[in-house]
Amino acid sequence: MTGQAPFGTFHMTRTAGLWLLIGLAGYALLPWYMVAGGFWSLRWIMAPLGDGASGLTHSLQGKVWLALPLTGFAIAAVAVLGRASQLTTARLLVLAGTVGLALLVAQGLLVLRDGPRLALLGTASQTGMGAGAAVTATGLLFLLTTGISSLGRGRGDAFVTGLVGLVVALVAVFVFYPMAFVLVRAFELRDGAGFGISQFLPRFFDPNVWGMACFRGTGYCGPAINSVALGVMTGAGTTALGLAFALIFTRTQFRAKRLLRVLTILPIITPPFVIGLALILLFGRSGTFTTFFADAFGWEKTRWLYGFWGVWLAQMLSFTPIAFLVLIGVVEGVSPSMEEASQTLDADRWQTFRFVSLPLMRPGLANAFLLGFIESLADFGNPLVLGGNFNVLSTEIYFAIVGTIADPAKAAILSLVLLSLTLSAFVIQRRWLGKKNYATVTGKADSGRNAALNPALRAVCYGVALPWAAFTMIVYALIVFGSFVKLWGVNHTFTLEHYKRAFAITIRNGVHFTGAAWDSYVTTLTIAAIAAPLTAAVGLATAYLLVRQTFTGKAVFEFSTMLSFAIPGTVIGVAYVMAFNFPPIELTATATILIIAFVFRNMPVGVRGGIAALSQLDKSLDEASIMLGANSFTTLRRVILPLMGPAILAALTYSFVRAITSVSAVIFLVSARHNMATSFIVGRVENGEFGIAIAYATVLIVTMLAAILALQALIGRRTLRRADRVEAP
Amino acid sequence: MKTTFSVSALALIAAFAASGSAAQSLNVVCSNEQDWCDLMAQNFKIDTGSDVAMVRKSTGEVLAQIRAEKGNPKVDVWWGGTGDPHLIAASEGLTVATDVDTTGQLGWSQNMTAISEGRAIGVHVGLLGIIYNTEVLAEKKLSVPACWRDLAKPEYKGEIQVSNPNSSGTAYTELATLVQLFGEDEGFKLLADIGANVNQYTKSGSAPGKAASRGETTLGIGFMHDMVKLKKAGFPVEIVSPCEGTGYEVGAVSVISGTPNMDSAKAWVEYVLSPEAQSRGLEVGVFNIPSNPASATDPEAPDMASIKLIDYDFKTYGSSATRARLLTRWEAEVKNAGGAIEN
Repeated sequence: MTGQAPFGTFHMTRTAGLWLLIGLAGYALLPWYMVAGGFWSLRWIMAPLGDGASGLTHSLQGKVWLALPLTGFAIAAVAVLGRASQLTTARLLVLAGTVGLALLVAQGLLVLRDGPRLALLGTASQTGMGAGAAVTATGLLFLLTTGISSLGRGRGDAFVTGLVGLVVALVAVFVFYPMAFVLVRAFELRDGAGFGISQFLPRFFDPNVWGMACFRGTGYCGPAINSVALGVMTGAGTTALGLAFALIFTRTQFRAKRLLRVLTILPIITPPFVIGLALILLFGRSGTFTTFFADAFGWEKTRWLYGFWGVWLAQMLSFTPIAFLVLIGVVEGVSPSMEEASQTLDADRWQTFRFVSLPLMRPGLANAFLLGFIESLADFGNPLVLGGNFNVLSTEIYFAIVGTIADPAKAAILSLVLLSLTLSAFVIQRRWLGKKNYATVTGKADSGRNAALNPALRAVCYGVALPWAAFTMIVYALIVFGSFVKLWGVNHTFTLEHYKRAFAITIRNGVHFTGAAWDSYVTTLTIAAIAAPLTAAVGLATAYLLVRQTFTGKAVFEFSTMLSFAIPGTVIGVAYVMAFNFPPIELTATATILIIAFVFRNMPVGVRGGIAALSQLDKSLDEASIMLGANSFTTLRRVILPLMGPAILAALTYSFVRAITSVSAVIFLVSARHNMATSFIVGRVENGEFGIAIAYATVLIVTMLAAILALQALIGRRTLRRADRVEAP
Repeated sequence: MKTTFSVSALALIAAFAASGSAAQSLNVVCSNEQDWCDLMAQNFKIDTGSDVAMVRKSTGEVLAQIRAEKGNPKVDVWWGGTGDPHLIAASEGLTVATDVDTTGQLGWSQNMTAISEGRAIGVHVGLLGIIYNTEVLAEKKLSVPACWRDLAKPEYKGEIQVSNPNSSGTAYTELATLVQLFGEDEGFKLLADIGANVNQYTKSGSAPGKAASRGETTLGIGFMHDMVKLKKAGFPVEIVSPCEGTGYEVGAVSVISGTPNMDSAKAWVEYVLSPEAQSRGLEVGVFNIPSNPASATDPEAPDMASIKLIDYDFKTYGSSATRARLLTRWEAEVKNAGGAIEN
């Protein structure tokens, strides 16, 4: 990749000039602070000196510190208009961006609503930054990245450096900044004695957290050990099941693939608590199956469901689809030519699978396991409903924050424990994958016939996946059933009352949505629809950078984008409230904070899926495109993106669905005006009104299913080869 | 990709910029049952003409949120939920006194107001009780419990469910009740004996009642008004008021310190203390005891006159120091002394 044309001085000054103008326009024309009624009400236009005052106007009106970012623009102007050498211009641009951003951030952190942190500044105060500040910051950021790329970093590609800069800035503001508020509390000393490191290590390695007594049969294990055990079991289980489903899909001629597909999607789109409730009705002490076995075989009715195995079962039901979604793209992507080569060399089908196909699926297996492990660690709903006396980190953290004695320090320390576990899993995964090459989609022609599975393996896949599919079907039949009966488990008279209460529409003097659920339903769908494309874009862009580009600090960059996924929702929720309730960024009680929380919480899935898909596309495709004169942006758009259909679909689907079904972060971020469906459902479940909760959940499931099918139709399948066929068995 | 990306970036910026400043009308966070929250919000709009936005959160979540939002609150009023977190909020200065007239309210409501120096006003009382599943009890041929001490009988081994006082206010009320009834040492001994029969310490205070109603446990400890609701829903359960006497919680309403909508907030407080508003609870199955003596009650609902009550000392047992001490002792002497026998 050395033959690329250098980024010329002309290009650089033109790009920099554009961002300079955009930044200046944001600074001089748009309202600097947040405006009443929202930006799009456009009411601020009518008050150019009051509510709608720009940064420029404010700095002339006495908020002199707002003139500081101008320094950055001034340097940039010198760089753009001056006729210095390319190197000097680039250096000036880097200086301009750095100085401008630093001053912008400094004034935001120093001058707060209640006055500045330094007495020097007098009684200055300001509210949360708005559109003007955001555009100004964007302009400065891209001036900086343009400068950096002209210095020859990121292979001199302004698009790539710009993208890296943007992702880094977004992750810094919406992941690191809020997390700092929580993590600093890990070092808080007891009884309000300030901060210090002396209590941190003893509390971090507390035997109450890491205890292993349950293995010796002498008591409870600590929540950290419980979480690890559960995470490994769930990760391994979901990966195995997901692989079985993926193999059935791509390597067999199974007839009811469509039905199977729906079944593998269902659990992902199920709101929390619902699976747990269904399991209790089936396997609880008075559950249907339990009673059946007790009557038929005289087995004792026990409470085995409440504990490790119950949570594990619920997590298997919930997270297998995620493993499947990651694996299906990867299994599809293993090129038939490799398998053909293997068979030509006289390997039988089992050997082909074991020594060719399976190793090529390693990135998919590793990513599926990592996702399952992390999901299990961060899962909150299932342990809450089925945990019994089995405590895991996520619930412990929740109750450290909302329990009878609030202990933010304990919550922060347990969050750090959780983070360290995720970090370890991440490192181990990277070690296992190593530096091998897994690309088989190379652009070379092949016959397009994937090897069929050998009979024994096929039997194993069917034997594992089909009973599981049947089990899933029973659980869902039960859920739908529950929404149509008076009192689930007690009085099974048919009724539509639950749906009426949730979704009644009165037609009298116009149409009125009188059902209790309408408000949260509309809010939820709107927010999810906005968040999903943003999540997919940020996630896939990051994946592209990670797989296809090299730059300094890539490993750190990769981990930082995974971070928000590993942090339990409760911690994210509280961190967001702490960080974004006050200037410089004031977002609490808005819909925006929910959207941002979803984008950065679910981004890692887009990243993982994107990485798995991209690492199968051989670099020669990019190189061919670039050799033919396309730049990296055109290559991305015309070559890579069309081949990433399933990854885009997975990212869009997943982020849409997660925005609808996630609960733990949402609980702290919903406000009176922007309530979400899950928060509504949790309220009903807590109150024992399972009927309306399940009716609402059923409507949500149907809505999401429709949305997913629409997305699938819209994006369609990628065509990797002339035809995707499986050789006849 | 670049187009998509710029569009996304612009959308993000737009969404970011679009978030408006604080809303003008009243924001209420409600810790009661969802139905009751909705009903009161609707009726407040109809009866007073002022707009109100309502969200339901548990008391622990509300306390965590208003702590994080201290100085720039996004809610104006906190209505419902057990009184202890309201008292903690009052003692931390998170809520503010209103000069709403409470002289017409029942004694325990005025007592709550006095303890919190006017910051938290008692709106309803919930009494602690025992619930059992009649079918499972008969199937296992167990005797019907009548007293707290009965729960320590060995025949109930693995049959009792109660919430964990570290996460649930209900369980803390139970702990404080037994300590006040029997004295601290005797109380902890009884708790440990009962603990030997406990199958699970649940996180949520209302979970044992629900588990008992579905036969997942035989006996549960919780608030009687929740149990009345389960019984009325058709579950095979019965409710026991312990013979030694029982404790109670006082639900409260508080106005958040620093609210920009003080007048509407006061209107809300006055509204939820009125008999017209409190009587409406029956429409949605709220069976706790309202603070206004003129409010209507259900004949099946627990009645303070016919139940033996202890003189619950909210000042002592609501304080953070006592709470921390009792919970540490509970962890050592009850939870780690056997019990919770599953797994």
